[in-house]
Amino acid sequence: MFQNLIDFLLNDFFITGDPLILGAQVSIGLSMVAVVFALTYFKKWRWLWTEWLTTVDHKRIGIMYIIASILMLFRGGVDALLMRVQLAVPQVEFLHADHYNAIFTTHGVIMILFMAMPLMFGLFNIVVPLQIGARDVAYPFLNSLSFWMFFFGAMLFNVSFVIGGSPDAGWLAYPPLSELSGSPGLGQDFYIWGIQISGIGSLATGINFVVTILKMRAPGMKLMKMPMFVWSVLSSCITIMFAFPILTVTLFLLFIDRYFGAHFFTLDGGGNPMMYINLIWMWGHPEVYIVILPAFGIFSEIVSAFSKKKLFGYKSMVFALMSISFFSFFTWAHHFFTMGSGANVNAFFAVTTMLIAIPTGVKVFNWLFTMFRGKLTFPTPMLWTIAFIPCFVVGGMTGVMLSVAPADFQFHNSYFLIAHFHQVLIGGVVFGYFAGLYYWWPKMFGFKLHEGLGKWAFWLWNIGFYVCFMPQYALGLMGMTRRFNEYNFDMGWQPLNVVSTVGAFIMGLAFLFQVWQIAHSIKFYKKEPTGDSWDGRTLEWSIPSPAPLYNFARVPVVDSEDAWWEEKQRLANGGKPKPLAPLEPIHMPKNSAIPFLISVSFFVMGFGFVWDWKWMIIPGAIGVAICMLARSFSYDTDYYIPVDEIERTEAALGGTK
Amino acid sequence: MAQAVTGHDKHGHGGHGHHDEHHEHEHESLKTFGFWMFLITDIILFGTLFATFIVLRFSTDGGPTAAEMFKMPGVIAETFILLTSSFTSGIAVLQMHRGNKKGLIGWLAVTAVLGLAFIYLEVSEFIELVHEGVTIGTSAYWSAFFTLVGTHGLHVSVGIVWMTALIIQLARRGITPVTQRKVNIISLYWHFLDVVWIFVLTIVYLMGVM
Amino acid sequence: MENHNSHSPSHDSHGSMKSYVIGFVLSIILTIIPIAIVMNDMLSKQLTIIVILIMAGLQFVVQLFFFMHLKDEAKPRYNTMALVFGLIILLTVVAGSIWIMSYNVVG
Repeated sequence: MFQNLIDFLLNDFFITGDPLILGAQVSIGLSMVAVVFALTYFKKWRWLWTEWLTTVDHKRIGIMYIIASILMLFRGGVDALLMRVQLAVPQVEFLHADHYNAIFTTHGVIMILFMAMPLMFGLFNIVVPLQIGARDVAYPFLNSLSFWMFFFGAMLFNVSFVIGGSPDAGWLAYPPLSELSGSPGLGQDFYIWGIQISGIGSLATGINFVVTILKMRAPGMKLMKMPMFVWSVLSSCITIMFAFPILTVTLFLLFIDRYFGAHFFTLDGGGNPMMYINLIWMWGHPEVYIVILPAFGIFSEIVSAFSKKKLFGYKSMVFALMSISFFSFFTWAHHFFTMGSGANVNAFFAVTTMLIAIPTGVKVFNWLFTMFRGKLTFPTPMLWTIAFIPCFVVGGMTGVMLSVAPADFQFHNSYFLIAHFHQVLIGGVVFGYFAGLYYWWPKMFGFKLHEGLGKWAFWLWNIGFYVCFMPQYALGLMGMTRRFNEYNFDMGWQPLNVVSTVGAFIMGLAFLFQVWQIAHSIKFYKKEPTGDSWDGRTLEWSIPSPAPLYNFARVPVVDSEDAWWEEKQRLANGGKPKPLAPLEPIHMPKNSAIPFLISVSFFVMGFGFVWDWKWMIIPGAIGVAICMLARSFSYDTDYYIPVDEIERTEAALGGTK
Repeated sequence: MAQAVTGHDKHGHGGHGHHDEHHEHEHESLKTFGFWMFLITDIILFGTLFATFIVLRFSTDGGPTAAEMFKMPGVIAETFILLTSSFTSGIAVLQMHRGNKKGLIGWLAVTAVLGLAFIYLEVSEFIELVHEGVTIGTSAYWSAFFTLVGTHGLHVSVGIVWMTALIIQLARRGITPVTQRKVNIISLYWHFLDVVWIFVLTIVYLMGVM
Repeated sequence: MENHNSHSPSHDSHGSMKSYVIGFVLSIILTIIPIAIVMNDMLSKQLTIIVILIMAGLQFVVQLFFFMHLKDEAKPRYNTMALVFGLIILLTVVAGSIWIMSYNVVG
């Protein structure tokens, strides 16, 4: 009996026999021991539970999202470097084919769903309520649930690396390869449940922020007076609301195929694998706009703040954001022009794809005109913004090239495509979120990040990016296609691949510089003297950094775009400070353990489904149901912060600025 | 930009109780709005299932077809039961606004019982199909059928459990702004499921036996 | 928690017994017609499809107005906007899938 268990653990449960994975298992084990030891030694368990795991405070949830996403960036980045090493020396079998398949799959999934999405949600959480003058999001409980669903979904996905086996059917898991016939292992089940659980969280975040933005704005802040970042979040979240249910259904159908032997996407029984590709891209294409739209908002904020000018073309920017979020639902078929859907379908989707480039182009001109004749300064957030513009323009142009259906038959699945989407995703999304992270860092933690190291990181990232991806355009045109781990020397691809790998390692170095930058800035902590670190324009800069629990002691009244800037101008021109209204008790939500517990239950259930262990599925499902009912029956969910406590907090923070 | 307290002051500062009530009212309407947003995402969810069903409508792989298998009397009974339950959930809301706690609980109970009858008929239909050799693995068509109809059934089942929980809460706490919002939300949900069923009836069953 | 300038359907307005009864009767009629048409093969295939889809659409409208009180929403009509956008995406998903997949039929 005991021997059976050991056999099972060594042969099936844990992945064994690969030195790389063994190293990862050992380091994961050691770091878990270290964390448990540190928490116990410093007696921090209670602190962790009450201050973080059960918090419903949007600022703390935002910080947790960002920490998780940076860890995922590390994991996805290591995957990328491993792939690049293999492609630089294809004759040496550094990664064998199966391992390579697993790595490009997890790289894609992690970077999009577990790095870009949570980094984006982290910034939403931290910034949006502060920018609209609200005390929290519309549904703080749901917000916490979203985070934990994301977190445990990501954990379930990542655990497949050391337990059970990684998914290896590509980041979108096309059937029939991802069906039981093509992927009999457990990796694909980890994929389905990991993404499904975190996807529910994303959908809830989408609804939460749409409602927050529509209903929770400070008095006087009309829609057309909202900061541009808030607009971009609105457009992104609307897209989430309409796109994510499609993903949920698609993965659910794949799950039914694998678990119940249905025939949606199988080759036999009348199933149609093409339908999966059709459905997954109905989500997948809006998804790329979901992650890029908030980056556009971040750039708009930063360009305006560091040009000391109002954003040029506010209305056209709003129009561009909203029309992109609408049109993103009408371009999905350009991902499978080669599927053979006939000339009409291809022509229609080629035209819609080209059309969507127009509002994007409008934005670039708006940013340029905002800078024109502005008083420009170039701290790190602005540097990332400036680097983004040419990078994204080139990425966008190659996108238009790909949208030409007949030409796409040549580009399809080649390294040209790989270079294109990395250019828009790194040059657009990653640069954008880095810019946002540097810009709002002082608001989150009350200190700035070291500029010098930040500039090193910036230049290394940029140089590394171009060295890595420009050769890939050429490789694509030379005929190199994606997703294989070896090629013959006589193809003539090796020199450019080596260059590309060097570029990837420069980006890896840049990431290390960022880690160093953060560590250095914490070690030489220098408190920001005011809450207004960058002489900002919007409401988040009108309160102390980091913001108190309730954000605004008094709810601000807004009468213009760039409200905080206008107020500062008015005061500088001799205007009188407006009389302060008396403080009132503030209504706040109570912390809750239920979101954490629901997500743990989902994790247990998902893990049970992966292994098909009924004894684990049933308790997990019951746990979910009990938690939901417990929430339904709890009426004591919020409280008031009394006035004297607000006064004390405000005094400690240095007055009611 | 000025620093001022708003929202409440237009209602005056009539003591703490008034303040709370006002707050609660807005709080609850916010939740109803969020639930509406959730229903919209549920529309997309069902839309995707319908799209899959329609695409796979001829993919019976040479096996049994809808016209051979469907037994319409049961389906028609299910339809009228669900239609009636949508009506009774509406009456429950009406009773609530009249402040009639007993009527509210009674009509909610009627709605839940009708929901149970619907689920009973649906499950019997599924069992019968399985006995006649048609399962989710028979062909793509039947995969799509069981998934679409089953997902709707699952929604109804969740609604029944939720309604039961709500009846207990109403019995304990009476009609308050919070329970009122919960009743409003569940009746929206119930009407929504009725609408989805109408499309299931039309597209799956009626077009299937045509 | 501030600045709510709109209310959700069935919040301030909750209809009357009359509107519920009218809605119920209408939905019964709109259900009986398609069932009768199909069960008795009254119309040609194409016409049947059109008629029963119209009936289902009307039924949806009836439920929206008589049961869910969408009409009574205060401005700005976010609920209605969300619904309309949702229906556009729904139609896109359904019609787009049918169109694209009609080139990839599996028997």
